[in-house]
Amino acid sequence: MQLIINIGKYFMMLRIIFSRPEKMRIFRYRLMNEIELIGLKSLPIVVLISVFMGGVIALQTAANMDSPLLPEYTIGYITRSSTILEFSPTILSLILAGKIGSNIASEIGTMRVTEQIDALETMGINSLTYLVLPKIVAAVLFFPLILVFSIVLSLVGGWLALVSSGLSNTETYIFGLRSFYLDSDIVYALVKSEVFAFVIVTISSFYGYYTKGGALDVGRSSTQAVVISSVVILICNFFLTQMILL
Amino acid sequence: MIEVVNINKSFNGTLVLDDITAKFETGKVNMIIGQSGQGKSVLAKCIVGLHEVDEGSILYDGRNFSELEGNERRDIRKEIGMLFQGSALFDSMTAEQNVMFPLSMLTNMSKKEMQERANFCLDRVNLSGKNKLLPSECSGGMQKRIAIARAISMKPKYLFCDEPNSGLDPKTSIVIDNLIREITYEYGITTVVITHDMNSVIEIGDNIVFIDQGRNCWSGDRNAIITTDNPAINNFVYASEFMKDIKTVLQGKLK
Repeated sequence: MQLIINIGKYFMMLRIIFSRPEKMRIFRYRLMNEIELIGLKSLPIVVLISVFMGGVIALQTAANMDSPLLPEYTIGYITRSSTILEFSPTILSLILAGKIGSNIASEIGTMRVTEQIDALETMGINSLTYLVLPKIVAAVLFFPLILVFSIVLSLVGGWLALVSSGLSNTETYIFGLRSFYLDSDIVYALVKSEVFAFVIVTISSFYGYYTKGGALDVGRSSTQAVVISSVVILICNFFLTQMILL
Repeated sequence: MIEVVNINKSFNGTLVLDDITAKFETGKVNMIIGQSGQGKSVLAKCIVGLHEVDEGSILYDGRNFSELEGNERRDIRKEIGMLFQGSALFDSMTAEQNVMFPLSMLTNMSKKEMQERANFCLDRVNLSGKNKLLPSECSGGMQKRIAIARAISMKPKYLFCDEPNSGLDPKTSIVIDNLIREITYEYGITTVVITHDMNSVIEIGDNIVFIDQGRNCWSGDRNAIITTDNPAINNFVYASEFMKDIKTVLQGKLK
């Protein structure tokens, strides 16, 4: 029952969020701040994870290439496909759900329990539009860039791992990366990143905004935001794959 | 004037406000008093629209706030200033930015005009020169004064103060009380203070509404509270021996 109530509240919240901002000047200022917080400040972890994950994917693929019938360039092909189709859009989104989602839920939750949101409402300001809309726009604008950045770094990580361990060479790896390339794979990854960006920000904002109580409840909301965002990402991933790839 | 007419409000089947009717007069410090958990803050939040009432009307100078929606309701909200119990200052903004915030969101003032208004409001609460301080760098009393400055920045017609003295020492409490009184008289606004600080009630309460078990069970001015023989209010106000002694002295003064 609570699930149905929450789903209803979530969609009502979305309806309020997408009303016209009070002032475009303030909205632009908040958007820039959110791009910095959600986008730019996520880059270090994206770099770290992408490079190492790309390296691990390439090494594991190489380690499992037992059959002499499989050409060596398959390593590059599989690394590229795994990275574009699953790792960069989905796994990275799950990691960012932990970082960005908990940050958003605790920020808005703290504002709720310290009556800052009540203060906004008393002033006659639409607190949801003011607080959440810039976050959604920032994430939806910036996640595709993070995705492309992550794909490139992951492929570089794979190359570094293979060349430094002597399991393959640059020419074969690049040949593998270019083999059987489909533009639709990139479109699929971009669509997933947009959907996941929206899911992470709106679900985390929902749990933060409807926090009741004190510091403990803010922590609880933050955890719920990460867990539910992750579950919804996995469910959306399944349906998007069915809709786009099959 | 704010009029509250036959308000009922319940949460999960528990009646918190039971048929409350009260008048809060313009140019006066109106106080809502009562024990903790009796519905004072809920009443204030209903009046400013943070909670919806189940039944009854809230009239702001004759405008039925509880029946209004959208922009009409927001227009009234723009006439309201509110001081929250925990100040509710925006952590990431300086004192000056906090005061300028409603101006930047709700008016078309230039940056210079907003700056002048913020300086005036901070000066009015004796915080001139403290513009660049963050809330975390201010004492509890200073935070309350910044919150008052923010509340008056839009030149409100109605000012609500939820427990303005909570967590403050007696001397700072007097400073805040005097500030609220001065602002009310100076600008002729309708001020509603929610408190259980009896010193404040006796000092600045022009019109007092006593809430007990969700009902409005007594109202009067600060002289009436000294002479009343209402048992509920006497139990609350003069609960300690010290306050009983004070009552005797005050009654003697009134005679």
